[in-house]
Amino acid sequence: MNTKTLSRGDVAPSSVSRRGFLAGAAAASFVLGFTIPPRMSAAAQEATAEVNAWVVIHPDDSIQIRIARAEMGQGSLTGLAQLVAEELECDWSKVGFDLVSPHENLKRGKVWRDMSTGGSRAIRGSQEYVRTAGAAARSMLVQAAAQGWGVKPEECTVAKGVITHAASKRSTTYGAVAAAANKIAPPAQVQLKDPRTWTIAGQPLKRLDTRDKLNGSLVYGMDIRLPGMLVAIPKACPVHGGKLKSFDAAAVSKMRGVKHVLRVDDETVAVVADTFWRAKTALDALPVVWDEGDNAKVSSETIAAKLRDGLSAETNFVGNKTGDAKVVLAKASRVIEADYSFPYQNHAPMEVMSATIRWTPERCEMWGPTQVAEAALEAVAAASGLPIESCVVHPMRIGGSFGRRLVTDYVRIAVLIAKQIPDVPVKMMWTREEDMVQGRFHPVTQCRMRAALDQAGNVEALHMRISGQSIMAYMRPSVMTANGDPIAFQGLMPGGAEMAIGYTFPNLLIDHAMYNPHVRPGAWRGVNLNQNAVYLECFVDELAHATGQDPLAFRRKLMANHPKHLAVLEAAAKGIGWDSKPPAGVYRGLAQVMGFGSYVAAAAEVSVTKGRLRIHRIVAATDPGHVVNPQQIEAQIAGSFVYGLSAMLYGECTVKDGRIEQENFDSYNVMRLDEMPEVKVITVPSGGFWGGVGEPTIAVAAPAVLNAVFAATGKRVRNLPLKNIDLGTS
Amino acid sequence: MARLNINGKFLDVDVEEDTPLLWVIRDHVGLTGTKYGCGVGQCGACTLHVDGVATRSCALPVSAVTADQKIVTIEGLGADKPHPVQEVWAELDVAQCGYCQVGMIMAVSSLLAQNAKPSEDDIRSEISNICRCGTYPRVLAGVQLAAQRMAANKG
Repeated sequence: MNTKTLSRGDVAPSSVSRRGFLAGAAAASFVLGFTIPPRMSAAAQEATAEVNAWVVIHPDDSIQIRIARAEMGQGSLTGLAQLVAEELECDWSKVGFDLVSPHENLKRGKVWRDMSTGGSRAIRGSQEYVRTAGAAARSMLVQAAAQGWGVKPEECTVAKGVITHAASKRSTTYGAVAAAANKIAPPAQVQLKDPRTWTIAGQPLKRLDTRDKLNGSLVYGMDIRLPGMLVAIPKACPVHGGKLKSFDAAAVSKMRGVKHVLRVDDETVAVVADTFWRAKTALDALPVVWDEGDNAKVSSETIAAKLRDGLSAETNFVGNKTGDAKVVLAKASRVIEADYSFPYQNHAPMEVMSATIRWTPERCEMWGPTQVAEAALEAVAAASGLPIESCVVHPMRIGGSFGRRLVTDYVRIAVLIAKQIPDVPVKMMWTREEDMVQGRFHPVTQCRMRAALDQAGNVEALHMRISGQSIMAYMRPSVMTANGDPIAFQGLMPGGAEMAIGYTFPNLLIDHAMYNPHVRPGAWRGVNLNQNAVYLECFVDELAHATGQDPLAFRRKLMANHPKHLAVLEAAAKGIGWDSKPPAGVYRGLAQVMGFGSYVAAAAEVSVTKGRLRIHRIVAATDPGHVVNPQQIEAQIAGSFVYGLSAMLYGECTVKDGRIEQENFDSYNVMRLDEMPEVKVITVPSGGFWGGVGEPTIAVAAPAVLNAVFAATGKRVRNLPLKNIDLGTS
Repeated sequence: MARLNINGKFLDVDVEEDTPLLWVIRDHVGLTGTKYGCGVGQCGACTLHVDGVATRSCALPVSAVTADQKIVTIEGLGADKPHPVQEVWAELDVAQCGYCQVGMIMAVSSLLAQNAKPSEDDIRSEISNICRCGTYPRVLAGVQLAAQRMAANKG
């Protein structure tokens, strides 16, 4: 029998690989360290060649495609590799991946472009240059082979990474000519393929990053172990904006494993110990005095009262205006009015915030998850007090993020801790409780919808007043304009390729009265599209019912000028069988929206029995322009319903005495398998544009179901989440 | 000091007895496949097997486990060859971010060991692990396919 006594750090597996396994059997033994080797020595280059910044080909023909955007589950890593591989015309079974580091990107003049990963932009924001890179690499490889044979490149053909010169019956592989291709100048121009001819992109290929997720070997940020590493757990003032007054380090410093009790900054204290549990035990026992300030007087009720004022306040922030809605409303014979609200939400990714830092007076290195690798590098430099050239960030695959790691607050805290313990690697980990309280919350808003109707039931005017918090005013004040927050009107803009409204009203006013409570907001998957779609889609449904019209027929009249919006709505309606009667006791609802460059719609079937909601079935339709991986789109869309319906059913962070009250999943419930409806995904790519997929569908989840709930019960749910509403028979 | 049988090996670990099994396994034994998600037994990311039974390890003090109880973590589940659940998970591309999937796989493999032919309702009520990416439809399909595979392998 094997018996061994372990002390901490005795088992040191951690050779962390950021390099993925290959898809095929060629999956050999690439256990590389943290960094992409910079330009290699001549001898090494003979063996393994970087054809260009995106494509590395080994002598055994295996290929590493470099991925600059963060992978947090959304699958863009695989989609980006497919786009490169498509133009490269390589053998997909030999494709693996490698994550780019921002310090390398900086050193090489941003050769990998923008690394930030948000706004459902990973694929659509990079598709053109990654495809171009794949095509350029192909051209260089062919040229290298042709030069070697003394023939013209145009006479050569390529299939699955094999270059053939038919006339002379010669062929070679990418691996054999990669080193020579590296020395060839990239082509000035390449012709990208017509997506209709794709054979790798556009296909439902398996993800490249699955295997190590299934056997526990994938090292997430939380899993890093370095020799001599300590674990730090911070606690910031639970009232945002409050200060750390004092703490009694002596009360816990003798506890087992505790190494340091530190002031991190004005508002944060941390315990550093040899293990997580010892650090947490000491932190829980640490006497801390906060100066919570005036924000401690704020509650959900005081915030709601301010937002209510905003429903009728004057504002200059106008998102969409046609005609004079206010005047028409004032004169109208029939006005329908309804107030809605949408609460704070925490991202609640399964992997809480973490970052591992090694700080020395000369250099600061970070290993960890981030959606904004370059901003993380800047945050490391700023907090470390070192020039950016002396800082290194190794981005890791992320255990869910949903927008939370678009901000680098946790990176800064990790560096400020490690800086006080020079030369020692420190893994900063948050508890779930810290993660819940120190989130960057989905903003809180209310909305007043007012519509003027004529005798025939047509909408003469609509005024949509959003009252509430601006994300950008906190997160990126530099992008605020005289018209307020540029993303406040997602899904409501008059036109454009990103977030246009799908209805035409003869008189329309959509405006925003901004009020920013102290609770720090962030971009929560779907961002402002979520509440904007609830407000507009539920209210349009209200208008249809108020005028005795079928919700689909009513929308069709308003959507004549918006064929792409209408096409996905029609597809979802057809998919659910809108024209036929649902089964007894089952009721239907619809919603559509445009956001993140894509058109999406959903049709839901629900039943409500003795006040208990069951969501039976959802049909979702999406037009993202182009489809890079249909089975990953299906996964994103099905997942969007889980995220969106979790928020609709349960999601609510309330404020009491200035603090967020929900500290864990026991009070911040989310949807589980037992409530998951059947989801059918219809993809109707119309071509000609590139839309995002990870976010837009979340926004139609709640309104489609809420409209079905109205059909089932006659109750209009205007204030989320549903857990607070009694759906019992009225 | 605690003596534990983890993945078929006896290990003595020098820890406070209130230390949750999760942190003994992650920080002292060095097996990081078992994940921290909530620390209060809500999310299931920390699921492992104790004598074959899916157990949430984040709120289970190490003192509650004895040396004659067999603990199996994700690292031990498919150590010899991948478990059918792991194979099916790869086949259906179930994982998105993957963070919760180790716990999900441990919960599912335990369910199938005890209930070889779970109904859809069984699966929905027994598998209560949280996945924020929303892999539930493929988890459901995966459990059903794995059950079929395991039955076929036995027959």
